[in-house]
Amino acid sequence: MCECCNGHKDIYLPEMATITKRRMLNGTELYLHLEMDSGKDLDYRPGQFVEVSIAGIGEAPISISSSPTQKGLELVVRNIGSLTKAIHKLQAGDKLGVRGPYGSTYPIEQAKGKDLVFICGGIGLVPQRSFIRYALDNRRDYGNITILIGTKCYTMRLFREEIALWQERKDMTVLETVDEAHDCWDGNVGVVTTLIPKIESDLPKSLISICGPPIMYKFVLMALAEADVPENNIFVNLERRMKCGVGKCGHCQINDKYVCQDGPVFRYSDLALVPEAI
Amino acid sequence: MSAVKFTRKQFESFVSALIQSGRPVMAPQAKNGRYAFGPLAAAEEFRLDYDVTILPPKKYLLPQTETLLTYQVGGACSSVRDAEPMILLGVHPYDMVAINQMDELFRQDQYDKHYMDRRCRTTIIALDVVTPSENVFAASMGTATVKSGYDILLTVLPDGSILADAATDKGQELLDPAESTPAAEADLKARKTVWDKNEKALNKHVLECKPSYLPKLLENAYDHPVWEEKARLCYSCGSCNQVCPTCYCFDVQDQVSWDLKTGERKRCWDGCLLENFATVAGNHNFRKDRAARYRHRLYRKGKYVPGKIGGQIACVGCGRCITACTAKIANPVEVYNRLMEDTELG
Repeated sequence: MCECCNGHKDIYLPEMATITKRRMLNGTELYLHLEMDSGKDLDYRPGQFVEVSIAGIGEAPISISSSPTQKGLELVVRNIGSLTKAIHKLQAGDKLGVRGPYGSTYPIEQAKGKDLVFICGGIGLVPQRSFIRYALDNRRDYGNITILIGTKCYTMRLFREEIALWQERKDMTVLETVDEAHDCWDGNVGVVTTLIPKIESDLPKSLISICGPPIMYKFVLMALAEADVPENNIFVNLERRMKCGVGKCGHCQINDKYVCQDGPVFRYSDLALVPEAI
Repeated sequence: MSAVKFTRKQFESFVSALIQSGRPVMAPQAKNGRYAFGPLAAAEEFRLDYDVTILPPKKYLLPQTETLLTYQVGGACSSVRDAEPMILLGVHPYDMVAINQMDELFRQDQYDKHYMDRRCRTTIIALDVVTPSENVFAASMGTATVKSGYDILLTVLPDGSILADAATDKGQELLDPAESTPAAEADLKARKTVWDKNEKALNKHVLECKPSYLPKLLENAYDHPVWEEKARLCYSCGSCNQVCPTCYCFDVQDQVSWDLKTGERKRCWDGCLLENFATVAGNHNFRKDRAARYRHRLYRKGKYVPGKIGGQIACVGCGRCITACTAKIANPVEVYNRLMEDTELG
């Protein structure tokens, strides 16, 4: 190797991690708890992602769903492509390659003292859960916590037991809705925006964090604009094809931003000149 | 560091010595009526008068396909670095500028060892253009001549002799053993006339503004009709990406050997004009319109990449995309000039 490359690690080389727990959250979403084989927890912050791989199948960016306040690394993987299909076949004790953490983080410091509102659509709950759990583990640092969760249908709801525990707590509000009515569901029916008028926190003063499918952002942002929420209090978590995770390969670019480095968490007001974002 | 002068015969001996040094020498040679960089077997195959190569010499630093890691299937990966010392001979100034930009992009922030290791082991002998190609516009982009990045700069002087100017110790070591005469003041003056000539001649398409104005020009051009008008003819074939010396986007894929036990994680060139470049799992394509992809390329060259490398424009005016484009819509100068006109009108 040449001299100037000495001391630089290979940015594409994954570390190995072992699956310590796995369970299906619904028909397509697999929850994984991982521990790094190095014995050291990854040094990550809420909002970041990792590149997960199986040698021989491939690599893909996956949001971190756990909080750095807890041990190990939690991921939720939807069975949707060749890699994720292979991950779904893995059992406890099996290994995965992990690179990272990468990307920007939720404003955990700046949010201190403020009311937090999380608006989650479908698997948008997964990365948001990292910040939610972090805030719950540092409960005194934050004001009211309100979580809106919209899911396409009752059977696809994620983290049901955990949400039930959140709903029992006096120090937070969790509102759920499903898009399609179901015999077993007696809660709200409708898209997640229908829950926004039910938020009791002072919306314009709250810090609002949104994550969901691409179509959801437009409608939620419109509703927040009507509620006079300033754009610099809104954070969005964007999905793109972060192939390399290190700002080189170009796939995740939205205009001049690289989602893998400038994102995935963006302050909405920073996206004013980024028309490809939403 | 010093400049020397070769006669044609001395120059051939110099190139022969490079070939015999054992390191592969990659140089432009004739290929089906055009020119291509390839391993040089004999000094006389090297074409000092080539106009432009089909692909830029980038292919030696960021190969079309390259192995990043090897692994046992389902197991741990190990890093591969297979870079061997190599000489790139006859790199034109515009391509040299492109390599300089790529060096910065792969070095900055997250250091890409695979690229950098190969780059550090490569000796570059640049060559001032002798024959302008049909679509070159390097003079418009400020890349008709180059001042850095190479180890030696060659210039064919009007009398047919070749001036060789070492810029690094690595270059000097190659020149030292070669038979030559020290360059005289008159030779350096003669080189200046070549530079002055190239500053005018390498301009088959004339950009109507300074390249440094492009980021500003593009600030208000996002919704201009030119993107849709041009992109209507686009085949999304990615040829413009593939021949571009400054395009460096790549894909990464795992390949498994026949015994299904071992494999390689490889990166290969990709292109933002290709339809599925921004498609994510679940088939959502974040840049599904041709016009958006077409616009993205010209914004990357004129605004986005410059933002990462101190304002340098990421189009070096080689003109390869103009030649490669079947639909004849890839010319960046046409697009930027069109935007200039409308900005002036507005």
